[in-house]
Amino acid sequence: MDFKITLKNVRKNFSRLLVFDSVNFELTIGSSLAIAGKNGSGKSTLVKIIAGLLSPSAGEVIYQIDGKKIDKLDWFKYIGFVAPYLQLYDEFTGYENLEILARIRGLKNYKNKIEEVLKRVNLYARRDDLVRGYSSGMKQRLKYACALLHEPIVLILDEPTSNLDAEGVEMVWKIAQEQKKKGILIVATNEAEELQMCEEVINLDELKLKSREQIVK
Amino acid sequence: MLSSIWAIFLKDLKSELRTRYALNALFMFVVVTISMILFSTAGEVVSGTLLSGLLWVVIFFSAMSGLSRTFVSEEDRGTVIFLQLATRPSVVYFGKLLFNFALIFGLNLFIVIAYLLTMENFKVKSFDVFLVGLILGGIGLASASTIIAAIIAKANTKGTLYPVLSFPVLLPLLMTTINMTQLSIEGATFSETIGHLRILISYSAVVIIASYLLFDYIWKE
Repeated sequence: MDFKITLKNVRKNFSRLLVFDSVNFELTIGSSLAIAGKNGSGKSTLVKIIAGLLSPSAGEVIYQIDGKKIDKLDWFKYIGFVAPYLQLYDEFTGYENLEILARIRGLKNYKNKIEEVLKRVNLYARRDDLVRGYSSGMKQRLKYACALLHEPIVLILDEPTSNLDAEGVEMVWKIAQEQKKKGILIVATNEAEELQMCEEVINLDELKLKSREQIVK
Repeated sequence: MLSSIWAIFLKDLKSELRTRYALNALFMFVVVTISMILFSTAGEVVSGTLLSGLLWVVIFFSAMSGLSRTFVSEEDRGTVIFLQLATRPSVVYFGKLLFNFALIFGLNLFIVIAYLLTMENFKVKSFDVFLVGLILGGIGLASASTIIAAIIAKANTKGTLYPVLSFPVLLPLLMTTINMTQLSIEGATFSETIGHLRILISYSAVVIIASYLLFDYIWKE
C-alpha cells in the first residue's frame, strides 16, 4: 500500500496574525517528521491542520492512498493523535474510554485489542478506575492507548512526553520507533531530545525568518 | 455508520446517567415552573386553551435549559477533539440528535404527567391528537435545538445565546404545536389536524436535512 501526505503552500493566519506561511512537505510510509519551534510558533496549529482539525487559510493538505485522494471526512481512519489539549471522558474508566472509542470507530473484535494496548501503555492494572482518578501521566498513557487502538498509519504526537515519568518516556520512544517502521510519524516538540525521534525536522521559526523557504525534503 | 451513531448515543446516555449533568437540573426546572404557574393562577379559573399555551412555554424553556448539554459539555470539557478524531461529523450529529430525542421524550412525558396531575382544567379530549402533537413537536424541538446547540457551543455566552437564537427558529413549530394541543383539548378529530401534522413533519425533515448538510462546517472549527 502506498500512502502519502502532502502539504502544499500551507498558510495559517488568525485574522491579521500570520502563524506560518508556505509550509511544503511530503511524507510517505517509513518517513518521520519533527516540527520544531518556540512557544507560539504554530506547532500545534500545524499538527491540527495535518490531522484535519483545523483548515489552512491557504494551501492544501492531501492524503493519498495508492495515488487516490482520500476524502477529508475519512482522514480519521488513518490518524492516531496524542496532544495535551486532547481530553478524555473522566466519568468513564480507562477501559470504558477505549471501548467507547472502539465502538464509535466501528472496530471489530476490539476487546483483545483494548487489552493489548492497555498492557502496552502499562495501564492494564488500572483499567477499571475512573479517569477522574488518574494522574496526568496516566491520562497521557491512556491517550496513547486511544491513538494506537486502530493501528493508525499516521501517528501525530504533540508534546509527546509531557507529564510522563522515565518509564513513560521510554514507552513513547518505543512506540515512535515501531511507528516509523510501519507508518508515518509526526512529532511537534520544543525539546531538543525529542527531535531525535524523527529523521527530518521542520523548524517553524526558521520558516518564518527565512520567509517562504522550504526546509523539509 | 448506524452502530457508530448508536455508540455515541449510548456514550451520552451513560455519561448523563452517571453525571446527572442535565437530568437533575431539568426535572427541578419543570417542578419550579409548574409550581410558579400554580401560584400565579391560584384562585383563577384558567381555560384549557390558555393552559395549552403554558404547557409549551414549560416545554420550550425546559428544553432550552437541557438540550444544549450534548454539545456544550463536549466543548467545555475539551472532548470535542476525541470525537472529531474518532468518526465522521454526520455520525456525531445523528448520535447527538438521537440522545436529544430521548431527552425531550423523557422530559415531555414528565411534564405532561405533572401537568395533568396539577392543572385541573387541562382535560385532553382527543388523546391521539395530543400525543401525536407532543411527539412531532418533541422531534422538531430536538432537531432544531441540536444544531443550534452545536453552533452556540463555541460561543462565550452560551446560556443566553441558546434561547435567543432558538426562539425565532422554533416559532413556527411552537405556534403549530400550541394550536394542535388546543385542538386536542377542544376534541378535534385526527383528520382536522392534518394540516398541522404536515407542517410538523415538514419542519423536522427540513431542519434535519439542513443540519446534516451544514454540520460538517459547524463541527470543524
